[in-house]
Amino acid sequence: MSRVTGFEMHPIAERIQQKFPEGFLKAVEWRGDLAVTVARQSLHEVAKCLHDDPDMDFDYIVHVSSVDWPEEEERFEVVWEFYSIRKRHRIRLKTRCSESDCEVDSLVDIWKGADFMEREVYDMMGIRFRNHPDLRRILMPDDYNEGYPLRKDFPLQGKGWRDTFEFLNERQ
Amino acid sequence: MGLVQIGRHDKDGELDVITTTLEKAVNWARKGSLWPMTFGLACCAIEMIAAVSSRYDMDRYGAGVFRASPRQSDLMIVAGTVCRRMAPVIRKIYDQMPEPKYVIAMGSCATSGNIYDSYSVVQGVDRFVPVDIYVPGCPPTPEALFDGILKLQERIMLKRVFTKQPDQVKA
Repeated sequence: MSRVTGFEMHPIAERIQQKFPEGFLKAVEWRGDLAVTVARQSLHEVAKCLHDDPDMDFDYIVHVSSVDWPEEEERFEVVWEFYSIRKRHRIRLKTRCSESDCEVDSLVDIWKGADFMEREVYDMMGIRFRNHPDLRRILMPDDYNEGYPLRKDFPLQGKGWRDTFEFLNERQ
Repeated sequence: MGLVQIGRHDKDGELDVITTTLEKAVNWARKGSLWPMTFGLACCAIEMIAAVSSRYDMDRYGAGVFRASPRQSDLMIVAGTVCRRMAPVIRKIYDQMPEPKYVIAMGSCATSGNIYDSYSVVQGVDRFVPVDIYVPGCPPTPEALFDGILKLQERIMLKRVFTKQPDQVKA
């Protein structure tokens, strides 16, 4: 997992590195999949470039997800996948944030489709998205207060919510 | 069942005599016209749909008239994984069904939560609605569901309609 050296870098990765020398952290290509990790501060401008640059032209947001690496200092990793329908190429964009400051820029202003997917990441992992138009829980109920179920330190069976049926008492 | 051949008089014009109890007659009518509520939640629903379709034809047991409204049905077949967020909905629909009503928990998920021992999956519908029959399987075949329906029909025949229900046959 380090910067590809000795080989020719993927042209898209190379272009990101040229345009954002500080934001670019590393690029990994594995079995034809290109994954670029960028610094959290430059995430939004890199994404803007991926969308607007005619050579990149990533017009379709495939997926937003997140990974929890509990042992690492910058614990959470947010992953976006983009595809270009015209150019037929794809890229995976990653950025890291720590537990104490788990907030990254929202990309809803660039790809509208990021809206619900970012809400899901917020719901399941508790990562906040700066400038998101409507950051609410999406899968769990609005009043769910046990935390964020997909974090690695969340107990597998939850904290009792699945076994409490408060509506049974309301009926009597 | 206590009913003797009906329909013999079609040929000879003689009237038939049926000797039975009123209770049995009522139960016989009830078990022969179970109107299930469609409650497919996951893959078990596919088997439930197959069970009503032409190849298996659940109508043979008088339980083929699936209704989309709880007010018209008396059997709820909970087919699939029950998430906690779905639980109040199931309970509400159960409450809206007119008496007498029956519940079949179809498949391992509705019975016990199956492998989904997670924060969001209810470990069996019997935690918030009374279940009459559990049908095991993942998913159960249409034949297994029929077995559940036949078992439920046997169960219905044991019910008391006009007298107090003894505890041992209570569903």
